[in-house]
Amino acid sequence: MAAGKVQYKYKAGNLVKSVPNKFNPDLLRSEEMIVNLGPQHPSTHGVLRLEVLMEGEIVKQVVPHIGYLHRCFEKHAENLPYNQIIPFVDRLDYVAAMNNEHAYVMGVERMLGVEEQIPKRVEYIRVLVAELNRIASHFIAIGTYGMDLGAFTPFFWLMRDREHILRLLEWGSGARLLYNYIWIGGLFYDIPVGFEERCQDFIKYIVPKLDELRTVLMDNKIFIQRTANVGVLPLDLAINCGVTGPMLRGSGLRYDLRRVDGYSVYPELEFDIPIGEGQVGTVGDCWDRTNVRLLEIYESIRIISQCLDKLTKEHKRTRDFDPQALVPKKIRPKAQDLYVRSEIPKGELGFFFRADGKSDVPFRCKCRSCSFVNLSVLPEIAQGILVGDLIAIIGSIDVVMGEVDR
Amino acid sequence: MRTFEEIYFEIERVCAYGAPVKDENAKPKAVKIDSRDLLKVMTELLENQTLYFDSLSCLTGLDNGPAAGTMEVIYNLYSIPFQHHLMVKVTLPRESPVIESLCSVWKSAEWHEREAYDMYGIRFENHPDLRRILMPADWEGHPLRKDYVQQEYYRDIKVQY
Repeated sequence: MAAGKVQYKYKAGNLVKSVPNKFNPDLLRSEEMIVNLGPQHPSTHGVLRLEVLMEGEIVKQVVPHIGYLHRCFEKHAENLPYNQIIPFVDRLDYVAAMNNEHAYVMGVERMLGVEEQIPKRVEYIRVLVAELNRIASHFIAIGTYGMDLGAFTPFFWLMRDREHILRLLEWGSGARLLYNYIWIGGLFYDIPVGFEERCQDFIKYIVPKLDELRTVLMDNKIFIQRTANVGVLPLDLAINCGVTGPMLRGSGLRYDLRRVDGYSVYPELEFDIPIGEGQVGTVGDCWDRTNVRLLEIYESIRIISQCLDKLTKEHKRTRDFDPQALVPKKIRPKAQDLYVRSEIPKGELGFFFRADGKSDVPFRCKCRSCSFVNLSVLPEIAQGILVGDLIAIIGSIDVVMGEVDR
Repeated sequence: MRTFEEIYFEIERVCAYGAPVKDENAKPKAVKIDSRDLLKVMTELLENQTLYFDSLSCLTGLDNGPAAGTMEVIYNLYSIPFQHHLMVKVTLPRESPVIESLCSVWKSAEWHEREAYDMYGIRFENHPDLRRILMPADWEGHPLRKDYVQQEYYRDIKVQY
């Protein structure tokens, strides 16, 4: 573009036409008003815009406006070979890229029919890195949630601890956040020598820190008063709205796709599924959801130590092990429809594929993202509350806008 | 847990416009039904006490292109208590893709259907709030259609980069 050329002329009313409000101000009663929250607001966790209909201090209705971070993932996917879509998949839920890759790769492998042939060592490494990333994602969720409610310290602590995970994953894959590490049929590389020991050190380091976190955040009186009995999501509504992940488990249902579907090597691993029990308030409130995330970190640590055990004993590193041995040169699945789902930190990430059997690009690749569906429950539970509680509810849903808008 | 055959039999029982077609190549296994039967079949799938598909996991819109002249809507259903799953496919004509909304059965359909409308222009009848969801409201065309050509300018901004 030539210097000095005006790219975009401001015109009053542009925003009104492109993303119109749902409520018409002329039709409101005199005590009602529309408050616009976002898209540039730190507590909306990205570019989420909420149109809030208020009566005095009480929120009557919330209308989310999304799409500000739409990057045409599905359109791109229809024009790229299967293996080149993986970097795009990373960028859906950009704080848990390994989990996204794992779900996507599993789907393509199932289409190719090579799922059973993947070496156990590869699967254990996949689960190891995915669980490390799950911890990192929950750290972000809990840390930023505390910050939304005015607790600054846990955020810094968790960002510091998350850095250890990012360094580990960077050592393994070469990238800090968006890895492109799990490949169709294998891995980019084997984990580096000494990785297992560093993971053990990390586990030893992190467990006391989590107990500290529990004391300073979860058992904190102010935090409990801000979150207990706020944003209660009843179980039947949660299921009907398609809510998944820690939100669904926070409402009291022991439902985790790692157990239900038993994909990858999860059936061989021992872990519990924490659920919300309403210790400080009602089952399904914001505190329960956050508590489920914290308990899941402990479970992920259990999974990681079991993986490390397997990776150093049964499925030890050998000189001739090549994680790329099964990576196909040409990925051309037979004509079929396939829906694959897996548990990522925020819930159920699903991919629907249609392969036409004649080309190396998917005919259709639909991403069912969990943040998108979880966010759609917000108008249901944010009625008749205060604005401060609205912020508490948004934070407890733990949306990543990259995944909502795709 | 019911087998695919048993679920198929239950669906066949409520279909008024022709028997459903099995597609065992799909994973999970799929049935193709007539679009006029959709609401009745879906209500049955949720309310039948032996099926109880309580979660609509995914709703996919799909365009087969101008040559084929059809569009599809694909529903992925899961039952949490019985742990069975099913794919339901509906084919629509490409010129006038209209189908009954499922918002009255599953609330999760609401945003999924808005997305399918946004990307393919499939109209969902009796949807409470059928607006665009990801694209701006004044965007021209439906981007995931196979014959989509993007507009040259959007608000004086060149679209092609």
